[in-house]
Amino acid sequence: MGFSKTARVGLAGLVLCLLAGLGLRVSELRAEGRLVVGVTLEPPHLDPTAGAAAAIDEVVYANLFEGLTRIDENGAVQPALAMRWDISEDGLTYTFHLREGVRFHDGSTMESSDVAFSLQRASATDSTNAQKRLFEPIASVATPDPATVLITLKRANGLFLWNMGWGDAVIVAPESADANKTQPVGTGPFRFERWVKGDSVQLERFDGYWGAKPSMDRVTFKIIPDPSAQVAAMLAGDIDVFPNLGAPESLKRFEDDSRFDVFVGTTEGETILVMNQRRALFQDIRVRRAIAHAIDRNAVIDGAMFGYGTPIGSHFAPHSEAYVDLTGLYPHDQGKARSLLEEAGHGGGIDLVLKLPPPSYARRGGEIIAAQLAKVGIKAEIVPVEWAQWLADVFRNDHLFDLTIVSHTEPLDIDIYTRDEYYFGYFSAPLESVMTALLDATDDADRNKLYGRAQRIIADDVANVFLFQLAKHGVQRRGLKGMWRNSPIQANDVTRARWE
Amino acid sequence: MLTFFARRVAALFLTLLAASAVVFVVLEVLPGDVAQIMLGTGAQEDTLAALRTQLGLDRPAAERYIRWLAGLVSGDLGTSYTYDVPVAELVRDRLSVTIPLALLAFIISALVALPAGMFAAQHHNRLGDWGVMATSQLALAIPNFWFAILLILVFSVALGWLPAGGFPGWSEGIGQAIRSLLLPSLALALGEAAILARVTRGAILDTLGEDFIRTARAKGLGTTEIMRRHVLRNAFIPIATILGLQFAFLVAGAVIVENVFHLPGLGRLLVQAVHQRDLFVVRDVAVLLAGLVIVVNFMVDGVYALIDPRPRIEL
Repeated sequence: MGFSKTARVGLAGLVLCLLAGLGLRVSELRAEGRLVVGVTLEPPHLDPTAGAAAAIDEVVYANLFEGLTRIDENGAVQPALAMRWDISEDGLTYTFHLREGVRFHDGSTMESSDVAFSLQRASATDSTNAQKRLFEPIASVATPDPATVLITLKRANGLFLWNMGWGDAVIVAPESADANKTQPVGTGPFRFERWVKGDSVQLERFDGYWGAKPSMDRVTFKIIPDPSAQVAAMLAGDIDVFPNLGAPESLKRFEDDSRFDVFVGTTEGETILVMNQRRALFQDIRVRRAIAHAIDRNAVIDGAMFGYGTPIGSHFAPHSEAYVDLTGLYPHDQGKARSLLEEAGHGGGIDLVLKLPPPSYARRGGEIIAAQLAKVGIKAEIVPVEWAQWLADVFRNDHLFDLTIVSHTEPLDIDIYTRDEYYFGYFSAPLESVMTALLDATDDADRNKLYGRAQRIIADDVANVFLFQLAKHGVQRRGLKGMWRNSPIQANDVTRARWE
Repeated sequence: MLTFFARRVAALFLTLLAASAVVFVVLEVLPGDVAQIMLGTGAQEDTLAALRTQLGLDRPAAERYIRWLAGLVSGDLGTSYTYDVPVAELVRDRLSVTIPLALLAFIISALVALPAGMFAAQHHNRLGDWGVMATSQLALAIPNFWFAILLILVFSVALGWLPAGGFPGWSEGIGQAIRSLLLPSLALALGEAAILARVTRGAILDTLGEDFIRTARAKGLGTTEIMRRHVLRNAFIPIATILGLQFAFLVAGAVIVENVFHLPGLGRLLVQAVHQRDLFVVRDVAVLLAGLVIVVNFMVDGVYALIDPRPRIEL
């Protein structure tokens, strides 16, 4: 039979193809000085000053780009391109003394004019900086000499040094700024090598770096969106470290495997159940309190996050010095919730719409919360939405929602409760005055006290139901040291990573 | 033959025009603002407005549609909002993964399915037939993403022979590139092969029942000769139809497998672009895929004509 011959040839070809793959075990290809970091999302481009996507900072922050200051693993402000600074008595003038001998990756020197250019570019009318508000306080930038930058503020701002440490405030050069999206040129210890779109971004050590030489000479950021594919890639040895693994359910498996280390840290992500206070229903604080009492945070953390996450009672990160534990304010109490609803005239039950964006904290958490609300007579209809739709319908425009679940991942973002027209629809005069006082406070102890007061105000008011702080859970190959455990900002700093 | 060709080309353009209009309108109606998506929840109003102006989103919809069409005709596919690179470049990069992947899956599928189908038909209602039918039933029932995970567990995690996913790019050498496409193409080929084997078997059985086969037998031709000269040629029309559909599907529909193996293919680009409202990318890719399906169908029709002269008269 002629056909069975074809079949045999085909089969043999297939086997040959498979054998071709036999060459080497993938996991043995790893060499000293190489690091492969797994990330969930591909950056849309590589310019941190022109986009909000955390995926950009997760590749370039501290590695490729640097600012005047930087934020370290513990969320503290450290000197970066500015070696030191003086602040005038009135807190209005900042004199930054720049490090000398700093070079951009294209070989040009970094001077005060580059700093002035970067700040002016970010605050210009046609600026597309996603955090333009960081630069709002700046009145003027002067450059008395190449190593000094004088920044005058419109009003004192206790957070200014912190703000200059954001990825959105990195220093870029006028010659290369426009091409940074695809050919980023910074001053960091790593320079851009290549970007295989959809697959990986590769950085190489920059030999002209001013500071300590990193231990790795090549770092590849590999993009793997699917959580189960992340686990498989880790197990197959394709990846050395996944700083934030999308599949918390599989962490146990890595803990039991001697080839890997699991690390659990904190992030700046306050996960909250937002109540649309533009709705008359939620203007009644009894209803908001009833919902707070109806929810069992620990059940949400266990059920939706496999136990990873810290309960919060206000909009503040528990690892912060200024944190006040307010989780006991509205304990889980169904009886209380029912009687509050009764009191507010909703004894017959309420029908609500709960809109859930794609992340699993929202989708899984939403199911559990809907079930908890049902127990006190609130029927929440779950409507899954994609991000674009969430931004359009919930965050902006007509705010078409009753409830939604979202994690606010920007650091120190309690000020969102005082933003005009914000989607919460919440307003508090006492909070406004605390936030104004904060701007003038430069002393840490004073600031912490004010932050404490702000946390209490929104917790008492049940401005939202505060659920939990998102955990950062990662896996790495044993022997890798120097990666961040926590994420005070969204970054994967590999400058200190080393094999031991 | 000439009118046949001219009609086809006219149909191609009309279909593409219709597709472009549908895609444009759907994306206009869909909620979501690309500027907000790019700049996030911390962005100020003036920044959003500046970006919209920069992207040309402040122009009226009709103007943007006409500009886009004019661009397409002149070969300018526009610039991706999110990536800020020409869409043509983006699509070309993605096709350099998707086309080889689809071809490889297509070849594997055809190499396995055609002989299997013929074998089953020749052993009709005997053990061999049941074997092929049962196997293909099983292959059809297995979802390809599950089979993909199984392949990864066996060949990447347990044996460590092949990478669990990703695509290093053709610049890393053909060997490396093929290695990373092997498991995905196997995963893709499974379901396609099962369908193809069943269609092949059915088509051959139908042909074997025809009078002219009995005549051929009566004439004293051997089994091989009958197969080659009479059965295959006739059975190939439904097979070619399925092959054409499958190829179009492999290019456009590999998105799930691309996700499991995190391959930077066209399907994933499209899904990502829809999420990010990267309008130019979505529109261009959608029109490109529509064009591809039409071209493949066109080629299949051409193949019919080669195999069997009759359709030409009907057209």
